[in-house]
Amino acid sequence: MNYYDIIFYLFAIITVGSAVFVVTTRNVIYSAFFLLFTFFGVTGIYVLLGADFLAVVQIMVYIGGILILLIFGVMLTNTITNVEIRTGTLHLLPAAIGVGVFMGAVVSVMIWTDWKSQPVANPVTTTKSLGYLLINEYVLIFELLGILLLIALIGAASIARREKE
Amino acid sequence: MYQYFYDLTGNVIISGLIVAIFPLVNVLLVVLIGVYLERKVSAHMQDRLGPMRTGWHGTLQLIADFVKLLQKEDIASTETDKGLYNIAPVLVFTGAFAAYAAIPFSSKLIGSEIEVGIFYVIAVSGLVVVSILMAGWSANNKYSLLGAMRSAAQIISYEIPTALVILSIVMLTGTLSLGKMSELQTAYFWNWNILGGAGFGLAKFLLIPFMVVGFIIIYISTLAETNRTPFDIPEAESELVAGYFTEYCGMKYAMFMLSEYGNMFAVSAIVSILFFGGYQSPFGYLGNTLNVHWLIPYEQAFWFLLKGWFFIFVQMWLRWTLPRLRVDQLMSVCWKYLIPYAFVNLIIIGIISLL
Repeated sequence: MNYYDIIFYLFAIITVGSAVFVVTTRNVIYSAFFLLFTFFGVTGIYVLLGADFLAVVQIMVYIGGILILLIFGVMLTNTITNVEIRTGTLHLLPAAIGVGVFMGAVVSVMIWTDWKSQPVANPVTTTKSLGYLLINEYVLIFELLGILLLIALIGAASIARREKE
Repeated sequence: MYQYFYDLTGNVIISGLIVAIFPLVNVLLVVLIGVYLERKVSAHMQDRLGPMRTGWHGTLQLIADFVKLLQKEDIASTETDKGLYNIAPVLVFTGAFAAYAAIPFSSKLIGSEIEVGIFYVIAVSGLVVVSILMAGWSANNKYSLLGAMRSAAQIISYEIPTALVILSIVMLTGTLSLGKMSELQTAYFWNWNILGGAGFGLAKFLLIPFMVVGFIIIYISTLAETNRTPFDIPEAESELVAGYFTEYCGMKYAMFMLSEYGNMFAVSAIVSILFFGGYQSPFGYLGNTLNVHWLIPYEQAFWFLLKGWFFIFVQMWLRWTLPRLRVDQLMSVCWKYLIPYAFVNLIIIGIISLL
C-alpha cells in the first residue's frame, strides 16, 4: 500500500461515512452539514484521479453554491419560525425495492463493463483540453445550457419581484 | 521548495508538512503583527497614541494579548449545539488556510503549483461561508444567526464581481495558475497587469484604464469578502454584538481572528498577484546585478510580503476612515453597480485582448 492508496481510502471513508450520516441523522441541519464532508471526500477522489479542474468545480458548485443554499433554506425555516423539521421514513417497502433495483443496475454495470486499465502516469492538467472540447465539439450543448441557466435566473428574478403588486 | 525537502528527507508526507509550515508561520505573524498594527494605525488616524505601556511603544502588547487568550476559560452556554459549535472554528480556519496552498510566496516557495490555482482559491472560500453559517447556527443566539446570515449573503454576492474581474485577467494572461501569472509580469513595474501587462503595443495602453477599474472593483469586493469595514455588517458591534462569533471565547475566538487575518493577507496577496506582479520586484533584482542568483527568491519573498502588507495597511486605512454601509446599500452596491461594471469591463478587456 502506498500513500495514494491510503489517501484514497481516507477519502472513501469520509465520503461513505458522512453519506451514511446524511441519511440516518434525524436533524435536517446535521444532514446538510454532513453533506459538506461527502462533497469534500468526492473532491479528494477527483483529485486522486487527476481531474483537477473537475475537483475545483465540485467544491465551487456543490460546497460554494448548492450546500450554502440548502443550509440557508433549512436555517431560515428551522430556527426562526420554530418549526422543527425532522426527517422520517415513509413508504419503506417501495423505497427499498427502488433502491435495490438501482443498486443492482449500478453494480451490474460496474461488473459487466470492460474497464480500460492503463499504467499509472503523472496526471496532466485538464483545464486546456476541457476548454477546447467545450468550445469546439460541444459548443451547442454548452450554449444551450448557458441559455437554460439564464432563463432560470430571469424566472427567479421575476418571481421574487412579483410581491410588490 | 517541496522538491528540495523531498530530496532532503525522501518522504512525501514529511516534506509536504514542512512546506505547509511556512504559510502557517506567515498567518500567525500576520495575526500577531496585524492586531498590533491595527491598534496603532487606528490610534494614529484618530490622533491617539494607541498601546504604549507594554514594551517599547506597546510592542509586547501582542504577546500579552496572546497569553491572555490562551489562558482564558472556555465558556459555552448550555443551549449550544456542542458538536457543530466546536467544529466551526477549526473549519473556518481550514477554509482560510487552504487558500495558501496555491499562493506563490516567491518563485521557489509555492505550496502546490496546480494549474487551476486562482479558481481553487475562489472555490475554497466557500468552505469559510459554510463554517460561518455553522458557527452562527450552533451558537443558538439571535445575533449569531443574523450575523451568519448576513455574512453568507454578503460573501456569496461579492464573489460574483470578484470572479468576473479574475475572469478578465485570466482571459488576458491565458492561465489560471497563480505562479504563471506572476511569472508573466516579470522584470519591471511597467509589465504589471495594472499597467497593461507585459509586451508593448496599442493594446497595452488601451488596457490601462480598464485594468484600474478592474482593480478598484476587485479591491472593494475582496474587502467585503473578508468582512472588513465598511462592509462589516455581519459583525457590526452596535447592532449584533460581534455577529457570528458572539458566543465564542478563548482559543475558539482566536481561531476566528486567525482566519480573518489569514483571509486579509490572502486576498491582499491575490490582488497583488493579479494586478501588481505578485512576487516580482518593480525595479529588477539585486541578485541579477550582483550576479548572486541564490538571492533572488529571498528578494521575491520580500517584495511579496511588502505588497501583501501594503494592501493590509490600505484595508486598515479604509476601515478607520469610512463609515459602515447599511444592508440594503451593501446589496445595491454589489448588484447594481459592481456587477454591471465588472461585466462591461470583462467584455471590453476581451475585445482589447483580441486586437
